[in-house]
Amino acid sequence: MKKLMSGNEAIARGAFEAGCSVAAAYPGTPSTEILENLSLYKEIYAEWSPNEKVALEVACGASISGARSLAAMKHVGLNVAADPFFTMAYEGVNGGLVIVSADDPGMHSSQNEQDNRLYAPFAKVAMMEPADSQECKGFIKEAFEVSEKYDIPVLFRVTTRICHSKGLVETGDPVERVVKDYKKDVKKYVMTPAHARIIHYEVEKRLARLKNYANHCPLNKIEWGSKEIGIVTSGISYQHAREVFGNNASYLKIGFSHPLPDEMIRKFAQVVGKLYVIEENEPYLEHHIKSLGFACVGKEYLPICEELNPDIIRKAFLPKEDKKLHQVDIQAPHRPPVLCPGCPHRGVYYALSKYKDVVVTGDIGCYTLGMMPPLNVTDVVICMGASVSAGIGFKRGSMQGNRNEKVFGSMGDSTFFHSGITGLIDVVYNKTPMVLVILDNSITAMTGHQENPGTGKTIKGEITTKVDIAQIVRAVGIKGENIRIIDPYDLTATNNAVKDAYHSEEPFVIITKQPCALIKEVQKKRAGLHCVVDQEKCTKCKACIRTGCPAIALKHDRVEIDSSMCNGCTLCVQVCKFDSITKAGE
Amino acid sequence: MGTNVLFVGVGGQGIILASKLLAAGLVQLGYDVKMSEIHGMAQRGGSVTTQVRFGEKVYSPCIGTGEADVVVTFEKVEAVRYLGQLKPEGTLIVNDCEIYSLPVVIGQEKYPENIIEKLKEEVKELKVVDAANIALDLGNIKAQNIVILGVLVKALGLERVNWKEILETYFRGDILDLNVKALDAGINL
Repeated sequence: MKKLMSGNEAIARGAFEAGCSVAAAYPGTPSTEILENLSLYKEIYAEWSPNEKVALEVACGASISGARSLAAMKHVGLNVAADPFFTMAYEGVNGGLVIVSADDPGMHSSQNEQDNRLYAPFAKVAMMEPADSQECKGFIKEAFEVSEKYDIPVLFRVTTRICHSKGLVETGDPVERVVKDYKKDVKKYVMTPAHARIIHYEVEKRLARLKNYANHCPLNKIEWGSKEIGIVTSGISYQHAREVFGNNASYLKIGFSHPLPDEMIRKFAQVVGKLYVIEENEPYLEHHIKSLGFACVGKEYLPICEELNPDIIRKAFLPKEDKKLHQVDIQAPHRPPVLCPGCPHRGVYYALSKYKDVVVTGDIGCYTLGMMPPLNVTDVVICMGASVSAGIGFKRGSMQGNRNEKVFGSMGDSTFFHSGITGLIDVVYNKTPMVLVILDNSITAMTGHQENPGTGKTIKGEITTKVDIAQIVRAVGIKGENIRIIDPYDLTATNNAVKDAYHSEEPFVIITKQPCALIKEVQKKRAGLHCVVDQEKCTKCKACIRTGCPAIALKHDRVEIDSSMCNGCTLCVQVCKFDSITKAGE
Repeated sequence: MGTNVLFVGVGGQGIILASKLLAAGLVQLGYDVKMSEIHGMAQRGGSVTTQVRFGEKVYSPCIGTGEADVVVTFEKVEAVRYLGQLKPEGTLIVNDCEIYSLPVVIGQEKYPENIIEKLKEEVKELKVVDAANIALDLGNIKAQNIVILGVLVKALGLERVNWKEILETYFRGDILDLNVKALDAGINL
């Protein structure tokens, strides 16, 4: 039966059909739905891990134990998981091991545009790149086979347009789920220098054997059209290229992309006229083809930055068309992402916005948006967990330079579990006088509401122990008098906590507790609540607008609150000096 | 060549659901379908776009500039922003709805006036829908995305799809009835 599936759904379906038994991930756009869908199969053990390194190590251990295993993450997640990733290439597998890396060309929701194809030769693992949902399903099955046959982890590299595009998929029956026996083998699974020295030779041999596979496997194929133009391509770029050139070119479509199929490339390059390489971001294929001694055109014409699409390819390779496009003489105002109405993060950022000598090191999550006007609070965002550790460094640099900025790091609950705890230990251990604000909204929000160790539920909805953030903060050594636990909807309490933290000369932690406004139960509970402006009392001072709530606007010379957006958080009520806003609907 | 439909609007308006329903309808008719969605960093209030392409065989999920047969905009300013995506003879469906973005709210930028009038001068096939009020009359403003879907269904001539069957996979009970009515209201507009 054919079903419309996103790439992520198809990857999950393929892993299920291939007999995958253990799967782990940390949420990250565009990879999140892979594990969400895997968790729906009762036969598979699926878990949200606290971070990608843990997720991959869980999958590594499961593979050694004999189970077919999968770890999924966004591209930058593989940086976090790089340590086990590289060494597992040496250890090889018992049950097949597949690592899904979901890259984000165009950076729709990421902090960089790294092309994780480059990880495959670096780590010396096999790599596959599906080009649509059907291939996502089919290739995953092949990935587990290859992993076991060649004793190697497989990097399964997809991109946003593969993950989040839907296409028709023919589903099949699952194979029998078997967990292989485990046999102790310290020379394979204990990677001491002595063992690694021997195994490195073995790794090179595995890759040589895989080179032969690459030249004959069904994942790499030539589609003949006109031989005047030959196009080497992979992943979503293949679809864009087909769209533009149709049958006016021949295609070498590479689905197994490390090691690359040299023989096939030679055969193809020798018979086509012009050789084009169409790939997103880095010239991974192009460099390799040039190293084989073939002249080809790729990044000379195509950009390294951002996503490809048929338009860009058309403009790069085909004669210019004069297209008349519709336009009107109107400047459309920008629509940047914003903290939602009723977002519990707004209160702390509003309180911090009143201090001019505060530096805020932010983190990855909705609260990155604390940098946006009118709050303009966040100074620095690097990667998951850096709010606390880069905060330490900023404070130390500032102290070394005889400056005295107050540093506030801010991160969410899920980020704290991901990589905030080690940084906080550093704060305590090295006595750095900075503040960490942990914005606990009881969910991993930005990726679309996933459970985490603090929510009390697993991915399968089972009740589990809630890991208590305040207890961890105390346990690593933050003094009780330097901890504030507040409701961020209470502006007075929030202001007081920020003030105490600002004046403290010791490591200090503020924990805000209020669930994300978009959690279904929260929405239900607060459905009727909203705030109303009394137009008689309103002086249009705009203090409420400066909270940056998108539900409040000055429309037709009146300050109005959109009751369908407002959830009655009352931040605006509390900043109004004229008592002109009241809460309604209780 | 296939048919291209671009949906644009603001996070929270139900754009992704409307495009999923359209795609399901097209699968029912036996088309090859690709649908691509981009939802940026914000869950509410940011720009959202989805693209649906269908025909005998579809390769790329992305619609090129000036290649959309229909552009469906759930908010007026978004119609202006994405107008260049529309084919010269294409159909533009505009929800008569204003959602101020933050730069407008805080007075950095202005929300333009007379958008509909100017669009009328530029686009021959323009359909303006007051989806919010139609949905409100039916009982719930949240059904406005389905009203708009109804208008699109008519524009694409897809009335023969068994839409009730598709809506049943997403909704139950009163909400199902509401959405069936909302779709009909859009089709019959």
